[in-house]
Amino acid sequence: MIHSLFLINNAGDIFLEKHWKSVISRSVCDYFFEAQEKAMEPDNVPPVIRTPHHYLINIYRDKIFFVSVIQTEVPPLFVIEFLHRVAEMFQDYFGDCSEVAIKDNVVIVYELLEEMLDNGFPLATESNILKELIKPPTILRSMVNSITGSSNVGETLPTGQLSTVPWRRAGVKYTNNEAYFDVVEEIDAILDKSGTTVFAEIQGVIDACVKLSGMPDLTLSFMNPRLLDDVSFHPCVRFKRWESERVLSFIPPDGNFRLMSYHVNAQNLVAIPVYVRQNISFFESGSSGRLDITLGPKQTMGKTVECVVVTVHMPKVVLNANLTATQGNYTYDPVTKILVWDIGKLNQQKLPNLKGSLSLQSGAPKPEENPSLNIDLKIQQLAISGLKVNRLDMYGEKYKPFKGVKYVTKAGNHGHFVVTNWKLHNILASPFYV
Amino acid sequence: MLGMANSLCYGEQGGADSGVEVGQETPTAGGAGFGLFSTDFKRNEDLKEMLESSKESLKLEAMKRVVGLIAKGKNASELFPAVVKNVANKNLELKKLVYVYLVRYAEEQQDLALLSISTFQRALKDPNQLIRASALRVLSSIRVPIIVPIMMLAIKEAASDLSPYVRKTAAHAIQKLYSLDADQKDHLIEVIEKLLKDKSTLVAGSVVMAFEEVCPDRIDLIHRNYRKLCNLLMDVEEWGQVVIISMLTRYARTQFISPWKEDGVFENSEKAFYESDEEKRKSAEETKPYAMDPDHRLLLRSTKPLLQSRNTAVVMSVAQLYWHLAPKHEVNIITKSLVRLLRSHREVQYIVLQNIATMSIQRKGMFEPFMKSFYVRSTDATHIKTLKLEILTNLANEANISTVLREFQTYVKSQDKAFAAATIQAIGRCATNISEITDTCLNGLVLLLSNRDETVVAESVVVIRKLLQTQPSEHSDIIKHMAKLFDNITVPMARASILWLIGEYCEHVPKIAPDVLRKMAKTFHNEEDIVKLQTVSLAAKLYLTNSKQTKLLTQYILNLGKYDQNYDIRDRTRFIRQLIVPSERGGALSKYARRILLAPKPAPVLQSAFKDRDRFQLGTLSHTLNSKATGYLELSDWPPMAPDQSVRNVEVAEAMKEWSPAVGKAKSSKSDDKFYSDSGEEEDEQAADSGSDEEGGSEGSTRTPAESENSETSEDSSQSEKSSDSGTGVKKTTTQKNKKLQQAKKPRKVSPSACSLPANRHIGDKRTAMQDVTGHVRSSLAFQVHVKPFLSCKLWCSVLAPSQVEEKPKKEVSLLDLDDFSPAAVTMTKSSILSPSVLSDLHGLSLAASSPAIQVSPVFVPVHTYELLHRMTGKGLAAQYHFSRQPCIYDDRMISVQLTFSNNGDHTLENIHISEKTSAGQNIHCFSPIECLEPEKSVTVSMGVDFNDSTQAASFQLCTKAEGFNVSIQPAVGELLLPVTMSEQDFSKEQGKLQGMNESSATIAMTPESITSQPLHRKVVNMANVGVVPSGQNNVHRFAAKLVSSGALVLVCVVQKDSGAQLTVNTEKTIIGSMLLRELQTVLSAP
Repeated sequence: MIHSLFLINNAGDIFLEKHWKSVISRSVCDYFFEAQEKAMEPDNVPPVIRTPHHYLINIYRDKIFFVSVIQTEVPPLFVIEFLHRVAEMFQDYFGDCSEVAIKDNVVIVYELLEEMLDNGFPLATESNILKELIKPPTILRSMVNSITGSSNVGETLPTGQLSTVPWRRAGVKYTNNEAYFDVVEEIDAILDKSGTTVFAEIQGVIDACVKLSGMPDLTLSFMNPRLLDDVSFHPCVRFKRWESERVLSFIPPDGNFRLMSYHVNAQNLVAIPVYVRQNISFFESGSSGRLDITLGPKQTMGKTVECVVVTVHMPKVVLNANLTATQGNYTYDPVTKILVWDIGKLNQQKLPNLKGSLSLQSGAPKPEENPSLNIDLKIQQLAISGLKVNRLDMYGEKYKPFKGVKYVTKAGNHGHFVVTNWKLHNILASPFYV
Repeated sequence: MLGMANSLCYGEQGGADSGVEVGQETPTAGGAGFGLFSTDFKRNEDLKEMLESSKESLKLEAMKRVVGLIAKGKNASELFPAVVKNVANKNLELKKLVYVYLVRYAEEQQDLALLSISTFQRALKDPNQLIRASALRVLSSIRVPIIVPIMMLAIKEAASDLSPYVRKTAAHAIQKLYSLDADQKDHLIEVIEKLLKDKSTLVAGSVVMAFEEVCPDRIDLIHRNYRKLCNLLMDVEEWGQVVIISMLTRYARTQFISPWKEDGVFENSEKAFYESDEEKRKSAEETKPYAMDPDHRLLLRSTKPLLQSRNTAVVMSVAQLYWHLAPKHEVNIITKSLVRLLRSHREVQYIVLQNIATMSIQRKGMFEPFMKSFYVRSTDATHIKTLKLEILTNLANEANISTVLREFQTYVKSQDKAFAAATIQAIGRCATNISEITDTCLNGLVLLLSNRDETVVAESVVVIRKLLQTQPSEHSDIIKHMAKLFDNITVPMARASILWLIGEYCEHVPKIAPDVLRKMAKTFHNEEDIVKLQTVSLAAKLYLTNSKQTKLLTQYILNLGKYDQNYDIRDRTRFIRQLIVPSERGGALSKYARRILLAPKPAPVLQSAFKDRDRFQLGTLSHTLNSKATGYLELSDWPPMAPDQSVRNVEVAEAMKEWSPAVGKAKSSKSDDKFYSDSGEEEDEQAADSGSDEEGGSEGSTRTPAESENSETSEDSSQSEKSSDSGTGVKKTTTQKNKKLQQAKKPRKVSPSACSLPANRHIGDKRTAMQDVTGHVRSSLAFQVHVKPFLSCKLWCSVLAPSQVEEKPKKEVSLLDLDDFSPAAVTMTKSSILSPSVLSDLHGLSLAASSPAIQVSPVFVPVHTYELLHRMTGKGLAAQYHFSRQPCIYDDRMISVQLTFSNNGDHTLENIHISEKTSAGQNIHCFSPIECLEPEKSVTVSMGVDFNDSTQAASFQLCTKAEGFNVSIQPAVGELLLPVTMSEQDFSKEQGKLQGMNESSATIAMTPESITSQPLHRKVVNMANVGVVPSGQNNVHRFAAKLVSSGALVLVCVVQKDSGAQLTVNTEKTIIGSMLLRELQTVLSAP
């Protein structure tokens, strides 16, 4: 399956290579560099590249290209998913998945890669199992090790590897038993100029941090499980119980993990927490334009909207912006043509406003479309879909755990919240209106 | 030689006694910088010292640095002797690092590597399973041919180890050994066979992987493990699941018969029915009642929950399994999961979109409800954008094309010009696929010609050219328009396209064409080559059609071309001149000049790059690359006859018992009984309907498949009558109906009059046919099969063809079909007869996918608002309400209502809230109080009301700080619904359940304006919040929704006729049904 792996940084240096079968020369990466050059931006590099004798499947993550070499037919998603797991494992072990962290811990990285794949086929990818085999680096442990010469490597086979719950290690002990669940929801929405929703969806995840002794069996139920439209689970969740009773029943892994991700059954809109009044215009004569943006809260269920950031990708002809903000600061980068207005908390009484003039390149024709606004925001203690955890019960152990649930709503990370200027602007005059 | 010299130098410098070795091992070409090399060498030297020291910590430190070198790709092979000594070290971390080193360099240092073998052989007997396993891992990774026998022995032993972890390692080792020495295949297959029987979930994935690599053709090894693998699948680790599912997909395609014929989805198979007699007989055999092998069902059933896996590769592999194996109507359940994957990483999106693109060509309906998920976002990578565009184009149809085009229109304006160009091509494809919009698209593209951007204009011209080629005569004005724009267009490809168009259709623009040629003559020398070539062609064509005006111009251009710098152009000119200008020598060919140059050219086909890509198994690398990757295993076609099922039987099969065929049958026939007695009448009707169908088909002296099958009947009638009374008889009806279902899918050529043909004649025919073949087959199996035709005869007789041919629900048909195999579906059927609340609960279980209704977003949200409080009554406070048609967030049973308050007075209103709910029995979720509303301001809030599925108004008191007003919200009946969609088949099925008093219908007269489907659709969705159900027939429109509070289904069906329409509403809430009918009647009959 996976033959070799090369890690390549943005500058094009191969800083790590690992082979699971016989060695493949790193010159195979030249095909990748070729594709990278053609693609201009790292995001545009095709994930699957064909070379005369091999196939390169790559992912780009945290400014690192993970390039795997494949020789025979394999489901591409299999490789892609695995590479992402590798990156997540680095993140888990070293705190971040950067070139520096990998170089600093190259021995552990190597040991990890050795355990994760055998002959190119995944052997152990559960974080709990790996951590028993290879202990994550801590300052204390590395000091102790250098003095005593003891090792980072587990001596016995992790119990999880053989049990029916491979994600959990045996003999977990905590003095404080706690279980925390974060319900994080993201809204992806596209609004048109008038504020009507063109497209909106809510997706959420429940991230858990469970530190419970022994083999606890947890049951998490929701007040309104029917909101959940499409779900995917950590393997620990018993699917049958979910199908029949709509509760999450599981023996949790130890530590941090993603319990489930879901999609909320309200395809168009439930509540868009902010509204925008905006007017960006470019004048036909004279090389200038005007910009006026006001934001206000809407359907926030009484919670405060925080960390509001408005980003506008200006057309190329906009040279500079001369604006005043009633709240927060703005920056305009004339090179990337990105206007960023960092508002912070949204105030119900005094709505933040950004107003002023734009100077355009003289002589250039006025831009044909107005730029769209991306809005980023965060609401604490609110799951915008209205999803509520009802209760968490524990079976199998005697102690009383401390339980907590936190809700956060954010703007979606890939689409953000796009307020477009053009979506609806002239439907009737549109040549394609049928 | 240089290498030798180097090694000599090292020897001197380092003074090491191992100089010879070093010389051997450094594969550096002589080009390596000397200085750099010596430092490298020095460092390795101290590493060697550290490795040979007696201190553990120094050794470990050294090994860590060595691994660092390997990771960077630096050569550390000269340390091999020093490293290999540590292979037996007690320190586990050190040992592991030595293993890493060994595996990396053993192939280069075969002799030295052999030194370590004995250590591993010892470790293979270690009591610690981890050590046993890792010894086997390393031993099998040392790619030294000499140790093959040792490896073989070790693998055989490990395969019967007590620890499943060691057995898993053994499975991996099989592949390693096989790639080292393929001659061991036979022995390895024995080990694989043994490991396949292993019951541990840990081993399953790895051994199947080994099977796929070593002996994928030995399907026979799988038979006896098939059911075990299916049952274990849920508990196998995720990577193993992917491999097993992929293998089982291949397996199932060789062992089960196709479940697809039943649905008759494929158009080409339909055609076959009407061709020749011979072919008909063949297809008749195919239409034998299809019964899914219980093992086939088991596979589908046990993979389904994995659609919820967090691992995208698992989800994709289940999706491809359903695509390749499931009956067509069950494939839909994968849609949601695939769409979910689109929210994953960019690379995942890329692969999933590719697969969706392939699927969406064959089955638009699957992804149509999720069209918005494929809208392009500005942050998408280029290849994602292109794929989304592809899918949107595939999904476009008459109903949604306006939305798609509007979306495309924004893409055309994108900053990314390559993407804009791709969009224009997509518009071109939509235009050719959907003939209704060709003109609209053409006009749109013509407008784009005045775009400022050159790439956009150029691409538009090219696409217009292709479109015009399909229907040139009607569009001479567009050609004229383009000729006018010609001066402003500078992109060579676009200019060339215009010239070609004018030349090709010069007869449609007789006045303009010569003028364009005149202009071209002036600028000829400045043009690009491609434009020059087209100019020459234009000149030639004009010369042939209009030589009076253009003779001189042509000669001038040919002269220019003759002396052009480019030899292509010189060649072309010479050729054209010989062809069109009659001369003594070239006369023979010039006779045909007209036919050569002005031959009608076929229009270019604009089709998807993903067409036919499903010849590759979905989700594979080959599918992504669209060419066979090394080691790709072909998916075979379904076998025509089912291979022996018994091969999968296992003697001790506790887990499988419930799935043995006998039990399944017993269950199904029970439920059939119940159903049969419930709806016997309907079935009769159905039989009559399809009977008349068949009449129509057989009229033209051809026999329909059912008939020819009947003719095979070898049993006499009395016998079959008896059996029809028994339990099996019921079963036969089922299958018979299945067949009808299929026929119903055929294009209906039946005119109402065809039904009046005497059914007797039909039966007579059959009788004779029966006698012909009597005594042909006598086995009991044959008996079962042949009873059926008679039963259907009886049904025909009992209901002598009623003259009304109506689309009757075929729903029980497929339901029963399902019942045969899946107990889950049985419970579903029963409960839907139960109380509505249970039903709604079941609807909530959309994951179970047993309910055909998929909730969708509203097709249309009217902007109409209703007055709640007039500003005069409200003393300045005005309130309006509006039904947003979204599922309510507060409670599923509520309808969300948006209230807009505006302050028309001159003082601030404070604390607007709902104080008391006066109406009883209605649950209202109030909006949170509005603290203050300043004059001239307005605010919108949303609230939820549970109307209990009635149109009774919800009354409450609306209060400000000062005053209270009694108001009420009056819901229109159409707002009590939430739109759902389902397949056409499910619709009929559900409709069939809601007959009798649950059905209300009316005939309405319609104005000619509302004849085309678009306004009708719009009227209906405007009036009521219903979802559109895709319909195969143009004159039948189906809509579905469910009541918000009870969840009961509401089905609306409009059948258009010449001057009117038949309107049917089915729902178990009869009052709602009749109200809805009345409202729809009013709306539809209005002009």
